[in-house]
Amino acid sequence: MTTLNITRQIDARGMPCPGPLMSLIGAIREGQVGDVIEVLSSDTGSRTDIPAWLAKAGHELVEVAEEDGFTRFVVRKAR
Amino acid sequence: MDDSLALVLFSGTDDKLNAAAVLAAGAAAMGRKVHVFLQYWALDAFRADRILKDHGVAPEAGPEGAAALQRLGGQHWSEILRQAKDIGVVEIQACSLSMEMFGLEVDDLDPLVDGQEGVAGFFLHADGPVTFI
Repeated sequence: MTTLNITRQIDARGMPCPGPLMSLIGAIREGQVGDVIEVLSSDTGSRTDIPAWLAKAGHELVEVAEEDGFTRFVVRKAR
Repeated sequence: MDDSLALVLFSGTDDKLNAAAVLAAGAAAMGRKVHVFLQYWALDAFRADRILKDHGVAPEAGPEGAAALQRLGGQHWSEILRQAKDIGVVEIQACSLSMEMFGLEVDDLDPLVDGQEGVAGFFLHADGPVTFI
């Protein structure tokens, strides 16, 4: 388990592609550098989309965990 | 390599418009410019007073496919396009020939549509291959 302070949690479970990614992008844009955002997604596309977008946009993927029926991503706004 | 995405939307059914909106949003998220050209039935679906109405699904969906799309839920394709425009560069232009065919003015269309232009005008901005939906 992570000991990071989660600044914001996005529960995007049940939302189809590209909803979870769009929600994350919105949260990153609204947030401050250093913010830690947790995203819960049951959309399997998120497993590739969220890491791909983070790499492209230059933010940090702190943690990915497969939970029961969804994936949990922990992300840090880096810039 | 050209990194823009040129989408020509012809079909006006909700499944195809949803697929196009998802492509546009993904490309915009990944930093690619997106140029969308609306023709025929796709243009008709962008009328301000009809955009949220039921536009049906492509015939190949059949009743099972239509039900599957319904179950998928999620946001309306117009909302996905709005988000795509918000996070990136997504230019949506109406084909002037189709506008003429329907007797439409730009004011009749949803504000998602940036304007209207002829096909050569579209290709002035949309260099690279075209995806036709």
